[in-house]
Amino acid sequence: MAIVLDHVSYIYEKDTEMAAFALKDICLTIPDGQFIGLIGHTGSGKSTLVQHLNGLLAPTGGHIYYNGKDIHADGFDKKELRSRVGLVFQYPEHQLFEVDVFTDVCFGPKNLGLSRKETELRAFEALRQVGFPEEYFYQSPFDLSGGQKRRVAIAGVLAMKPDVLVLDEPTAGLDPKGRDEILDRIAALKAETGITVVLVSHSMEDIAKYVDRIIVMNRGSVLFDDVPAEVFRHDAELEAVGLAAPQMTYIMRTLRRRGMEVGTDVTTLEEAEREILRVLGK
Amino acid sequence: MGIIQTNKLVFEYIRRDEEGNAEGITRAVDEVDLDVKQGEFVAILGHNGSGKSTLAKHINAILYPTEGTVLVDGQDTREEAHVWEIRQKAGMVFQNPDNQIIGQVVEEDVGFGPENMGVPTKEIWERVEESLKAVGMYAFRKHSPNKLSGGQKQRVSIAGVIAMHPKCIILDEPTAMLDPNGRKEVIRVVRALNHVEEVTILLITHYMEEVIYADRVIVMDQGRAVMQGTPREIFSQVERLKSLRLDVPQVTMLAHSLQKKGVPLPDGILTAEELADALGYRKG
Repeated sequence: MAIVLDHVSYIYEKDTEMAAFALKDICLTIPDGQFIGLIGHTGSGKSTLVQHLNGLLAPTGGHIYYNGKDIHADGFDKKELRSRVGLVFQYPEHQLFEVDVFTDVCFGPKNLGLSRKETELRAFEALRQVGFPEEYFYQSPFDLSGGQKRRVAIAGVLAMKPDVLVLDEPTAGLDPKGRDEILDRIAALKAETGITVVLVSHSMEDIAKYVDRIIVMNRGSVLFDDVPAEVFRHDAELEAVGLAAPQMTYIMRTLRRRGMEVGTDVTTLEEAEREILRVLGK
Repeated sequence: MGIIQTNKLVFEYIRRDEEGNAEGITRAVDEVDLDVKQGEFVAILGHNGSGKSTLAKHINAILYPTEGTVLVDGQDTREEAHVWEIRQKAGMVFQNPDNQIIGQVVEEDVGFGPENMGVPTKEIWERVEESLKAVGMYAFRKHSPNKLSGGQKQRVSIAGVIAMHPKCIILDEPTAMLDPNGRKEVIRVVRALNHVEEVTILLITHYMEEVIYADRVIVMDQGRAVMQGTPREIFSQVERLKSLRLDVPQVTMLAHSLQKKGVPLPDGILTAEELADALGYRKG
């Protein structure tokens, strides 16, 4: 069970003077159960790529397979695909529209044709998974704080019971606590259900903390695809494409330059702490 | 007297239900006293809904106080005759650059503000040139804003504000939607404007690392200014900030957790160099 992208290209305004590559010959496999970080500067093709994963955009070249089937072949059930691969857009709270939170989350499963009972069970479960407090279930979604609105929007996608959850910058504009709460919830959900998660983010610190694999996009191509420690070793190349290593990596480099014998393959706070304590002999 | 002064500023609004009936009153800003000096760099932190954006919107007369006063360069924002002058003196930059850029060409967009102020044509072009140079976007003056990166668009927005020759710029989460490089570019420009041009800066952000360059940090919670001090004084209080849904810079957090493990380190370490000093590693 996996999503396979086989030589996928996407050209905007194909067959015109304005034709421009948004994706260039992408080959990727997204197996079940991975926590993948997708990073890249603005305009690098990340959002275009994720919109291919559930068939919202069709490649202008190459093929995309979901569980072995070409998703753009005749007879492929796109509606089913969209419930299996759940996409949470940037600022998803702009898409809330129902009179209360619970009805909003019910919208997706109801459209799948599920019974009322099953729909409500799923909505309840999804709101629990994102840690949304029950006493606000019947509030208007528009009266909630930014972080709570975003949870509701994510729950709306989770209620479809997707196998793959794709989140496009789910923490943009949230305060630090709100950011940690959302990402901790997603990590817990992944641990509990084994769902595949693709996290698009501009925060190298969040990426370092949560994911087991990083895909780096640059100008429509994959620049790196590896475990975090390997990818962040290429800090100069990352900076050249508008990105960076996590701050912990730079902090450890500075300590090393100042003569402390610490390793610099460090990307998270816990690793940095352990490494410094090791050198101090504590 | 400071460039921005608020005295017991209160802002309340009426909450309404779906039918439009009043349900209650929310006090979004609660007796805030602010005194920002000309040339100062002040950062405002606070969780979502703490009142920081509402406070900021009072400073260029988008919102008016329910109680108390707001003075910008000595002028009361509630006096209608001053509104345009105040908006020119205190320029505002918002989170989403796409909502702020209106011109088809970069230089036209930047010229829009001074043109509206009735600045003579020749001077408009001089201002456009100097503003775009100040943010490092002069080479892009003939480009369409649509083709720029997020960081570049945000720098064009800042140039548009600078072209009005403000004394003060208020930036409300200007880097929230940007990639790491875009964030760096914008913060570099903000610091240079403050340092070189002595523009007063009021920066609202959720990125703690952007705050360490400020002269002063104000922390908002439930509409009140609950903490004030230098970045070092503020970031020394790790637990207090966490309880306010905030954070500290990564290096400060690292030093704090090493401290808890028994490593003798001072509070409020703000840079990796300071951490190296404190751990006893000498320069060179």
